[in-house]
Amino acid sequence: MMVEHRPVLTFVTHATLILGALVLAFPIYVTFVASTHTLEVVTKSFPLLPGSHLVENYLRALTVGPRDVGATVGTMMLNSLIMALGITFGKISISLLAAFAIVYFRFRLRIVFFWMIFITLMLPVEVRILPTYKVAADLKLLNSYPGLIFPLIASATATFLFRQFFMTVPDELCEAHRIDGGGPMRFFFDILLPMSRTSIAALFVILFIYGWNQYLWPLLITSDQQYYTLLIGIKRMLDVGEGQAEWQIIMASTILAMLPPVLVVIFMQKQFVRGMTETEK
Amino acid sequence: MADVSIRNVTKQFGKSEVIHGISCDIRDGEFIVILGPSGCGKSTLLRMIAGLEQISSGEVVIDGRVVNRLEPAERDIAMVFQNYALYPHMTVYRNMAYGLKMRRMPKDEIDQRVRNAARILELSALLDRKPRQLSGGQRQRVAMGRCIVREPKVFLFDEPLSNLDAKLRVQMRLEIRKLHEDLKITSVYVTHDQVEAMTLGDRLVVMDNGYAAQTGSPLEVYERPANMFVAGFIGSPAMNFMEVTVQEGGQALKLPGDIQIPLNGSALPGWAGKKAILGIRPEHMELDSKGPRTILFTVGQVELLGADTLVHGHIGAGQVPMTVRLPDVHRFEKHATIRLSISQEKLHLFDPETKKRIV
Repeated sequence: MMVEHRPVLTFVTHATLILGALVLAFPIYVTFVASTHTLEVVTKSFPLLPGSHLVENYLRALTVGPRDVGATVGTMMLNSLIMALGITFGKISISLLAAFAIVYFRFRLRIVFFWMIFITLMLPVEVRILPTYKVAADLKLLNSYPGLIFPLIASATATFLFRQFFMTVPDELCEAHRIDGGGPMRFFFDILLPMSRTSIAALFVILFIYGWNQYLWPLLITSDQQYYTLLIGIKRMLDVGEGQAEWQIIMASTILAMLPPVLVVIFMQKQFVRGMTETEK
Repeated sequence: MADVSIRNVTKQFGKSEVIHGISCDIRDGEFIVILGPSGCGKSTLLRMIAGLEQISSGEVVIDGRVVNRLEPAERDIAMVFQNYALYPHMTVYRNMAYGLKMRRMPKDEIDQRVRNAARILELSALLDRKPRQLSGGQRQRVAMGRCIVREPKVFLFDEPLSNLDAKLRVQMRLEIRKLHEDLKITSVYVTHDQVEAMTLGDRLVVMDNGYAAQTGSPLEVYERPANMFVAGFIGSPAMNFMEVTVQEGGQALKLPGDIQIPLNGSALPGWAGKKAILGIRPEHMELDSKGPRTILFTVGQVELLGADTLVHGHIGAGQVPMTVRLPDVHRFEKHATIRLSISQEKLHLFDPETKKRIV
């Protein structure tokens, strides 16, 4: 690697980076500032300094909720959390098992199944949204947690990732385990699962954010406010027709919506990086 | 403790047969080394004994019981893998205890066995470490510990030393030998390293392309190789081969360059006038400037090994290449001519057609 000692260059690169960071952070800052003022201040002017209504706005959002939505931000956050965690754990467990089957078992049409899973990578949720909706409706899954979670629970990406990881695990480990007298599921739980720990942690971060940010699917299948996720809630807060949107509450909800993914990234950053860069062998 | 019988075992992968019917009886407590170049099927044979590979035909019998259809765990064997195959996320202790836990052995007995094995292998201080915190030699010992605690009927080793550096390999070789003398467990050891084979094995099975070329004690295999493959494979540097003519009466050999050497006592009447292949090991020739039946050798490359000198060159007008191993240090000019005598008791003669040993 080239190390250069040119002060001007250092200054320019730092200035560019700081500027970029500011540009990216500014909208979030504005959102935060707007969430600390009264509606009047927010709609009449464009405040750049935090106001004094922070606690009041956030408490109202969490406990009472905005007008016309019918659910508190607290409820919606809980819904979002249930959905995000459900999707995350579901995706991880299903992908682990699918990858385990594809890598370690020789069954009829194994390659066909692998390619079937792999090809679904090319089909985003949006493409299959109508049939999925029909199936969910027929199974009476509309307005329910299983309805929010199950249709999004299979993941070709995660399956593929675990498959690649399992293929790097030496065959001798499986053979040694057979000689030690353990069955296939024991091998899965005792050996493979602990070895995949770092990959699981990395996937957890990615999938949690994916689940939390789901928009189209929950928008389609929730009509009962009690099952709104926070992102849908924010959208509904804007649908006020002729009335006045409660911007300070919307902004507070937005900040709250950003919080869990940020926390997950902060707390799992170390595992995430390790999972992406190293494998335990 | 058990004897093992391999009875006419073959292995097919798809349509191609890679092992063509191997039989071998291994006595209780014996240390058998399966030796051969890479790709000769030696690991496949071992894996069939272990149960990791299906047996296409024939039988493997362990302790009087045909094990063809048994799972590896039911055969009461333990195996050391080339890459050790330790569970990376488990401590040394748990690695060794795992197989016993699977067999639902009581905790205190597991503990006792693991600590005992650790003591034998000098691993007691490392029981809480993970495999990645260990050196190659230590991992190797853990892999052996995992086998010892099981107290199996048969130990199987699949090239266990090939991932170690040269010095460690010598040390571990001695440790394996010592362990075997202490435990007296029937062992099958696969290697391509002839030094390991010679030093460890009570008997060797030399494999060539899916056939057992020869089975015998290390010295038997060295002194009376059954065919040209074994003769060329065992011994380093490899044996010199040259075409010779058996003289009328079968009493002497005519080498390239019109050199004659008598066959001491072992006349070959049936071969008179025919061609044969003569094999001479590099270490069975010596410098001899005066002797009556010396051969002229033209020096090519010289390798000084300190203890020995390897001289590569050729003999006769036919430019037959030959390598000689002389004790001590010798310095020769390139293209110099030296005279060598051959120890007549140590000649090997092979049939040029069948490649099998004649004398």
